[in-house]
Amino acid sequence: MIEAYDLSKEFNGNFWAVEGVSLNVQAGQILALLGQNGAGKTTTVRMLNALLTPTRGWARVAGYDVIKNPQEVRSNVGVLTEQHGLYVRMTGDEYLDYFGRVYKLSAEKRKARAVYLLDYFGLTEAAKRRTGEYSKGMKQKLAMARALIHDPAVLLLDEPTSAMDPEASRLARDEIARLKSSQRTIVICTHNLVEAEALADHVAIIYRGKILLSGALDELKRQVLGAAEYEAEFAESYNAEALDLPAGVEIVARNATRLRFRIESPQTTNPNLVDALTSRGARVISFYEVPRTLEQVYLRTMERAQETTYAE
Amino acid sequence: MRNNWDGIWLVARREFVDQFRDWRIIAPMIIMIGLFPFIADANTREAINFMNRYGGDLILERLVPFVVLVIGFFPLAFTLGVALEAFVGEKERGTIEPLLNSPLTDSQIYLGKLLVGIVTPLIASYLSTGLYLALLLRRAVAFPSAYILLLILLLTFAHAVLMVSSAIIISVQATSIRAANLLASFVVMPVAFILQGETTLIFWGDEEVLWYAIVAVTLLSGLLVRLGLAHFRREYLLGREIDTLNLKRLAHLFSDRFTGKAKGVFNWYREELPLTLAQLRTPLLIVITIGVVAVFASYGWTIVQIPAYITITPERAEELRAYALSNASSLEMISSQLPAPVLFYHNARAILAIFLLGIASFGVLGLGLFLVNVGLVGGVLGAAKLIGFSPLLTFFAGVAPHGVFELTAFFLATAAMVKAGAQLVTPQTERSMGETLIVSIVDWCRVFVGIVLPLLAVAAVIEIYATPYILKAAFGL
Repeated sequence: MIEAYDLSKEFNGNFWAVEGVSLNVQAGQILALLGQNGAGKTTTVRMLNALLTPTRGWARVAGYDVIKNPQEVRSNVGVLTEQHGLYVRMTGDEYLDYFGRVYKLSAEKRKARAVYLLDYFGLTEAAKRRTGEYSKGMKQKLAMARALIHDPAVLLLDEPTSAMDPEASRLARDEIARLKSSQRTIVICTHNLVEAEALADHVAIIYRGKILLSGALDELKRQVLGAAEYEAEFAESYNAEALDLPAGVEIVARNATRLRFRIESPQTTNPNLVDALTSRGARVISFYEVPRTLEQVYLRTMERAQETTYAE
Repeated sequence: MRNNWDGIWLVARREFVDQFRDWRIIAPMIIMIGLFPFIADANTREAINFMNRYGGDLILERLVPFVVLVIGFFPLAFTLGVALEAFVGEKERGTIEPLLNSPLTDSQIYLGKLLVGIVTPLIASYLSTGLYLALLLRRAVAFPSAYILLLILLLTFAHAVLMVSSAIIISVQATSIRAANLLASFVVMPVAFILQGETTLIFWGDEEVLWYAIVAVTLLSGLLVRLGLAHFRREYLLGREIDTLNLKRLAHLFSDRFTGKAKGVFNWYREELPLTLAQLRTPLLIVITIGVVAVFASYGWTIVQIPAYITITPERAEELRAYALSNASSLEMISSQLPAPVLFYHNARAILAIFLLGIASFGVLGLGLFLVNVGLVGGVLGAAKLIGFSPLLTFFAGVAPHGVFELTAFFLATAAMVKAGAQLVTPQTERSMGETLIVSIVDWCRVFVGIVLPLLAVAAVIEIYATPYILKAAFGL
């Protein structure tokens, strides 16, 4: 698991790349760290992997303190870096074998893991080719395999599916989901909000080194976008004026055959609302929750953050 | 220990295999290794012809070991790129981060890079030397003895460690391969100078002295390895992407650092200078220790070695003593030939040269020049002893009166230079390379301007106007 409190990093004595970041990611959870380029995601990940020493604050990763036990932290963490960082004159299998040795895996384990990962990511045929000859997507897949070679308890993945084709992205996402179900702790830094929404249990939005917002995705949607919205579609034009709305329901948009409601407590209110509609003669075709995406949450949050920055 | 070595070997082996897969590295290396011995062999042939025609067998005998030494040096120079790009190259290619993310320790990564950096040039160097020696068998010239060959191979090894350890430090500090290559001159040129010195020793024909060169270069190399290892931090490699030149900011940094919080000259002397001097404790201790060792070593060398070259019979000693005393009797006239300001300028210039050499070589060459200067004192005292004067009396009457000030100034300035040099290779995450350089220079300037120059001024006055009289009185002139 990952615990961090007030994690901060200052560069050149005058620039705080990360300030006051606190995180708690349990085993079997995925945290998506979102933010603009230069927001501090990579610096945060580097501190969590004991690559950069925090200027302030502390973090425990996989049970080890990043300041006191950096080597133990790095042994138990798999990192996918922003750049794939492959040695271009090594073949794919040599590369995985090399990192297997670096992580002190036995010869059998190295071989078994390399065979599994190369096969999983569809690189078996390319295993004997120099990585310099690989396509961008293949390089990304091999870098992902490198991060997983020692089957780490914690994974820090920076843009895990960038440059991958849709099939490979799917494979990578499936592997991440599988790792999550096998109780790994995972942090993903990504600009791909659809992917983050699909994989993450928790989301943290970082802006200028500070976490603006963090929590479970549903909580964040509610916190940023307000109460859930539901839409009713009618078979014919419906006059909503006569409608006696239950408490906690507000009409936010309408046209002749559609009504959109904002509902504070859908669990208790929705049955009453549907009753009210049908009892007033409405011929309801559909009644559904209006989908709200992580992208909306992210953009709204960033919008507010930028407004505050400009105001300051 | 075993685990540590495994990690070092892992890093080194990968690099080693990697470079041998790159024909752009391997092809020029093979061409150079093969080419130089043939050129040197052709020169040897011409030299033999020349000597046969005009004589000079002794020169020919000494020429071959010299060529062996040079043949060993060339490959070191052109394979230095391997070490120079050890870290900065990986940083530019983006391959450094996965390595740094691994559980390998800082020392394993550093020593692994150092190992491959040394092994490749050494292989190239020894192959080249071996080829030249094989070609030499065909020539009608005395083959160097096994002993001299051993000395030269050891010297080549020491050169390799010296150059590579410096190159690795540069590689850690540099922000680009281009910058690292530019800084390569600071490695190649000093070693080329050292080589010239060793060449002189070879032509001089006293092979035993080469052992001193081997020990000195090895010590220097060890110091550089230790220095590099002690200050290598993986964070530093990722902490900053680029150093930009901002002259205005650097000028501010210079003046702010120089004046500190002082409100005036008196306040600066009372509050600021002591802070800088307090930081010089360790370097001063080091400088004093090696300075004293240098004085005794040169004294010992003079009284042991000089008689081996110059026979000093009692009559000759008497003659020299009389000559020295007659010179000393007119010492008070020195003020007209060497005015105090000229002496002051000369000493200040020597200290400045020590600093400039030191700052360009992380303190190492500056320390070398300092040792030459301090060693002269031991040499003079040794010479005094050889012709029958008391070295102690010579020291207390001829050196100590002004030396109290002059030597103090030399020791302080050198200690400040050592600190500045060390500061340069110390990772400073909060400062850029340019800022670190400025801070190092400023710290030295504070000592130089604040205390060294005044001490040198006093010393120059005493040396010209008091020491001659004290010396004459001491020797009853």
